[in-house]
Amino acid sequence: MVAYLYNWLDERLGLTEIIAFAQHKTVPTHKQSFWYYWGGISLFLFLIQVFTGILLLVYYRPGAEAFESVRQITYVMHFGWLIRSAHSWSANLFIFAILVHMFSVYFMKAYRKPREIGWFTGIALLFLGALFGFSGYLLPMDELSYFATKVGLQIPASLPFLGPFTATILRGGPDVSEFTVQRFFALHVVVLPLLFLPLLGLHLYLVQKHGNALPPSELAKPASARKSIPFFPNFFQKDLAMWLISLNVLALLASVYPWDLGKQADALSPAPAGIHPEWYFMAPFHMLKILGNWLPGATGEVVGILLFTVGLALWVVIPLYDGENKASARGRIAHYFGLFAVTALLVTTALGYWGIR
Amino acid sequence: MSDTPFQPHLSQHEILPQTEQDNESTPTRRAFMGVAAAAGLCYIGAMAYPIYRYLASPAEMAANQTAVSEVTLKDAHKLPAASALMFKFGSSPAMLIHGADGSWVAFSAVCTHLGCTVQFEPQMNRIHCACHGGVYDPHTGKNVSGPPPQPLKAFKVNVAVDSVTVSRA
Repeated sequence: MVAYLYNWLDERLGLTEIIAFAQHKTVPTHKQSFWYYWGGISLFLFLIQVFTGILLLVYYRPGAEAFESVRQITYVMHFGWLIRSAHSWSANLFIFAILVHMFSVYFMKAYRKPREIGWFTGIALLFLGALFGFSGYLLPMDELSYFATKVGLQIPASLPFLGPFTATILRGGPDVSEFTVQRFFALHVVVLPLLFLPLLGLHLYLVQKHGNALPPSELAKPASARKSIPFFPNFFQKDLAMWLISLNVLALLASVYPWDLGKQADALSPAPAGIHPEWYFMAPFHMLKILGNWLPGATGEVVGILLFTVGLALWVVIPLYDGENKASARGRIAHYFGLFAVTALLVTTALGYWGIR
Repeated sequence: MSDTPFQPHLSQHEILPQTEQDNESTPTRRAFMGVAAAAGLCYIGAMAYPIYRYLASPAEMAANQTAVSEVTLKDAHKLPAASALMFKFGSSPAMLIHGADGSWVAFSAVCTHLGCTVQFEPQMNRIHCACHGGVYDPHTGKNVSGPPPQPLKAFKVNVAVDSVTVSRA
């Protein structure tokens, strides 16, 4: 019976080919193999996002009732606090995991030929992830989310010419209001997923096509000295174990530190003390602040955004600069550029948190 | 989840670290699988229960509402004769009818056929369901013609000086 069903499906779906593919796929093992898990962890956390997001969608109402509906989810619906907390925590863990994934790819030089497009799609996914975070942050429409969005949209607004126009269109008016929530909602649950999913598909396809990249230290070894394990079931089992660990960490954080819901946003009440952006926006926020001290007024902002854009652009095109799989001056420069970027991000984030204490 | 029916196909010719344990009948392996399955079920339960309760919240709230046994309709005593007032009894629609003859009755407004909301038609002297043409008697709630299998549920009506109180019969 099972054999019959298998044959029926196999003739129609080509299961044997898929299994043969999975059987032959191997994953290298070496000192830096640990970093191979972070893409999978990111994927797992994304799936949690989708799942908990759909559950929140069951009761969330955008627009004027946004705060009330989130209050209902948090305090009235059974376990609503837990689902909302899991969504917020996994969003943060997701950003953390893709940052770890990105930097490990960077320092293992996994962006080099032929994996350039994997790098580009990954950056695009990170960018969409940040937009997911920014748009999702407003949806509860509590004090913190209101002011964070207000400040966040002030940054594009400071750019000459197109800036104010872009900010007004994003806001749906001169100020953050229920229209902003409504369009951020559309962005968060329809537009961004529509962009994210095909990109993710391409990204995962490329991972399958090219396999895991070997870091330079492994490439330097003769092929016979490299070790690998089958993807299925060995690496897959380890991947699942990582997912289980992620799930446990998430469950612990979401239930022990339930995500807070502040007071309802009120345009007339002053910004609460110690207000600051989410940790993943802290570095650019603080860099702008530092520049603003040197170059007062709009100049500082414009110069800051310019510097940040140039740095980001260099980061994105790194495979075009350092694309060859051999030790070279370009490879070393890219490595130092990476170290500089990590240091700059860590230091400005730390300074940012230091400043609000 | 971690075990697949196709595993025998897969691990034939590979030198896997785990092949030596692949002997299905080893008691430790069987014990391990049992514990893993139990743990898996615990995880599924721990996730399914909150999700179920979360999704069921409105149903529970509605159930609490239907526990209501009495509704007081302020100023409903002013309702003109030969007209009806729609109101919510707990979570479901109900109708208070002030008959042309001065009588007061109240019924559940949910059609006993497929649950549409019925309406009072004074000129036809009937309660009508537009969905499938069910007709009820406006004095007793009895199903007169069309598909409804049962009469409308009737409530007890008490007309006071400044309100009308409707309660479970």
